[in-house]
Amino acid sequence: MAYRWKNTLNDNDVTDHALFLNRRQIMGGAAGLGLAAAIGGPRAALAQEVLEPNSFEDITSYNNFYEFGTGKDDPAKNAGSLTTTPWTVTIDGLVDKPGEYDFGDIMAKMTVEERIYRFRCVEAWSMVVPWNGFELKDLLDLAGVQSSAKYVAFETLYRPEEMVGQKFPVLEWPYVEGLRLDEAMHPLTIMATGIYGKDIPNQNGAPMRLVVPWKYGFKSIKSVVKITLTDKEPPTSWNIANAREYGFFSNVNPKVDHKRWSQATERKIGGGLFAKRIPTLMLNGYEEEVASLYEGMDMSVNF
Amino acid sequence: MIKDAINGSARKVPAWLIYIVGILPAAWFLYEGLTGGSGADPIKALEHELGEFALKLLIVGLCITPLRKHLGVNLLKFRRAIGVMTFEYVLLHLLVWLVLDVQIVSQIWADIVKRPYITVGMVGFVLMIPLAVTSNNLSVRKLGVRWRKLHKLTYGIAFLGALHFVMVAKGIQLEPLLYMAVVLGLLALRIPKNSLQFSGRFTRESVDN
Repeated sequence: MAYRWKNTLNDNDVTDHALFLNRRQIMGGAAGLGLAAAIGGPRAALAQEVLEPNSFEDITSYNNFYEFGTGKDDPAKNAGSLTTTPWTVTIDGLVDKPGEYDFGDIMAKMTVEERIYRFRCVEAWSMVVPWNGFELKDLLDLAGVQSSAKYVAFETLYRPEEMVGQKFPVLEWPYVEGLRLDEAMHPLTIMATGIYGKDIPNQNGAPMRLVVPWKYGFKSIKSVVKITLTDKEPPTSWNIANAREYGFFSNVNPKVDHKRWSQATERKIGGGLFAKRIPTLMLNGYEEEVASLYEGMDMSVNF
Repeated sequence: MIKDAINGSARKVPAWLIYIVGILPAAWFLYEGLTGGSGADPIKALEHELGEFALKLLIVGLCITPLRKHLGVNLLKFRRAIGVMTFEYVLLHLLVWLVLDVQIVSQIWADIVKRPYITVGMVGFVLMIPLAVTSNNLSVRKLGVRWRKLHKLTYGIAFLGALHFVMVAKGIQLEPLLYMAVVLGLLALRIPKNSLQFSGRFTRESVDN
């Protein structure tokens, strides 16, 4: 049941990465552009759709992965020590088939596709990442979600001998995250296993990490070893560390500032020393796809 | 004696050399930022490097008196240059934040009043201005005793600088806490002995009660 969602994000200058791009998505994007031109739609309306992915170098050298240190370059320096084979994911809680799922077995059953997503960090910088991965829904369906389940809890590997940052209590380890079940089942929500068609590097959350493109980056938990279906809102690491600053939802929202800085604008990584700030888009530009999930909810209260 | 060797060579090094050598790190940070050597976000990198270097200079400046008092190492003649360099680095750090990072004028003011860590940093910077302005022989002569009093502001500035760094960090991070510990340690060395005894007795009494 893959390809429930079609990528509308494409890059005019992406020819050098074309090898990695899904051909159907390119064709779809081109058709969209042509259609808009035919009906005389303003070019500006499409501006947000013409996204230029960051370089592989930027994406894999500038990371927040505190398990390997708090510096942006620490993960790239220290994550080499992480063993990702064998890798099993425990899926438990309110599922029909709880148990340990081998990463290789999962991959054999999943349809991997490319998703070019905006990635907005809570620190007000952003990137565009061409992920490869599968929809989380497909993995959850594999385990059989029971009707009483309302939330999904995630957990990162805890292995301080390989993850040097875990020796210092920057956060409570292991890192935990959570989604409401409807968020988890949304077709935009993926488990990423690659970037630019290559296996996802350790510093980006190998072998498998969550990607929820309309939420701040820290929600997209890396190197997942455990997924638990539950009927209660699960604890989340940054919320435990500072509930005033980090809510459970953490949806990208230019109107709700972080307690210590504005979220109205962001700086796209890769623009050099004189990069201009750009406006942050509501729900990171995925308003059309996911705003309905939050209908009637006050996003400044449930931030 | 190491002490005498240091004092001897310090006598030979002119203080103005600090101004020239001191600007080299800033030039290096800028060069790295322009040529891609400081990673994917050179703006944040430059901002952080300048701020952290200013904090290091503040610490070096605070070391001079204890070094002389407790170890007999006299580097007093470099203190003004170190102080002025500290101000320059804080100013550059602030400029990078204003011009390259935040960019938007309306947001700058909103950040200063709304964000405590920026307020703290900003207060620290403003307190440095009178010190920078009076860092010349004429001011020392004219202000006399008041000059010494005024320059005690350095203690508060160092604390605010370290606090600014602690507050900006996400989660509990080691590096800013280490800076804070060093600053607090250097400030503790300034507390007069008799007031320490007083506070010691005070604490013991409170515990007894």
